[in-house]
Amino acid sequence: MNDFLELMQSLVTTDVFLLCLVMGTFLLGILIYKKTKITLLQPLLISIIIIIPFLKLTGIEYKTFFEHTKLLNFMLGPSVVALGYVLYEQIEQIKGNVLSMLVAVLSGSVVGIVTVVLIAKLFGADKVLLASLAPKSVTTPIAISLAEQSGGAPSLAVAFVVICGVFGGVVGPIVLRKIGIKSKFASGLAMGSASHALGTARAMEMGAVEGAISGLAIGVMGIITSLLIPFAKYLF
Amino acid sequence: MIKGSFYILLFYFLGELISKLIGGFIPGSVIGMILLFLALYTKVLKPDNVKAVATNITKNMAVFFVPVGVGLMAQFELFSSSLLAVFISITASTVLTIITVALVQERFEKRKGLEK
Repeated sequence: MNDFLELMQSLVTTDVFLLCLVMGTFLLGILIYKKTKITLLQPLLISIIIIIPFLKLTGIEYKTFFEHTKLLNFMLGPSVVALGYVLYEQIEQIKGNVLSMLVAVLSGSVVGIVTVVLIAKLFGADKVLLASLAPKSVTTPIAISLAEQSGGAPSLAVAFVVICGVFGGVVGPIVLRKIGIKSKFASGLAMGSASHALGTARAMEMGAVEGAISGLAIGVMGIITSLLIPFAKYLF
Repeated sequence: MIKGSFYILLFYFLGELISKLIGGFIPGSVIGMILLFLALYTKVLKPDNVKAVATNITKNMAVFFVPVGVGLMAQFELFSSSLLAVFISITASTVLTIITVALVQERFEKRKGLEK
């Protein structure tokens, strides 16, 4: 019996099994999402919600899991680069929208930083927490360096970026519908500005224009937020 | 497939290189995205070279986030003492950011539409 458990353990902590688990749960997520059409049941969310208890039950540490699924994590980089092509296909959309895009993203960045800091402060968050929350809407590498710069904790910043991304990706399209946004450009811009690559993953599902503009918004939001964070310190 | 993967990895690498040179504050992947766009726009690179691979990997981007997403489990203890502050501030602020960006952009578009 012990031998059997050991065998299972060694099979479970392999690249092939854990990658299979990720793909399988994600696929299941797609099926559930398509069947129920409930926006909250995003494949990503379903996959995470199944895998976390699975790891707890089998006693696999997160570090081990991450080590074996690195392949997927690596693909984040190339997929962001590939957005350059999607953007190229939508070049006509960008022409004439550059100024409005900069103003919209700048407004969004200011609103995002000020509201997250003030609300968290209201709930008694300390300075380290505030500095880690402020860059929540930008892509992870930028958020890490911005949090460090202003006295936050990188590991917290990563967690907040992911929460913000998952939440925005799930809820974003609902919010856009509720406030009656019809422009595809505006929808994509909002998704990418608020929820970086995760918002973009969702925007890609909304349509090619939304996806491309969302990808562009990741970069624009990252740069504008980097310029604003030094001033955010006065809010802490 | 090989050609497309090569070009995307090449632009990723160039992006990483530039990112390191400017102190790393803009991620290599974002710089790579801009470089790939510029290469296509200036016709240095033919779109057909990357079309198939680029379309495929961007279609289902969300699956690449599973490893990081599961990582919330490991980081949960770091902020479990201020759960309410974290969740309320992030969710409210994210919604407000989405609304702001979308409304400002759409207002601009409508005004331009009226001028025409």
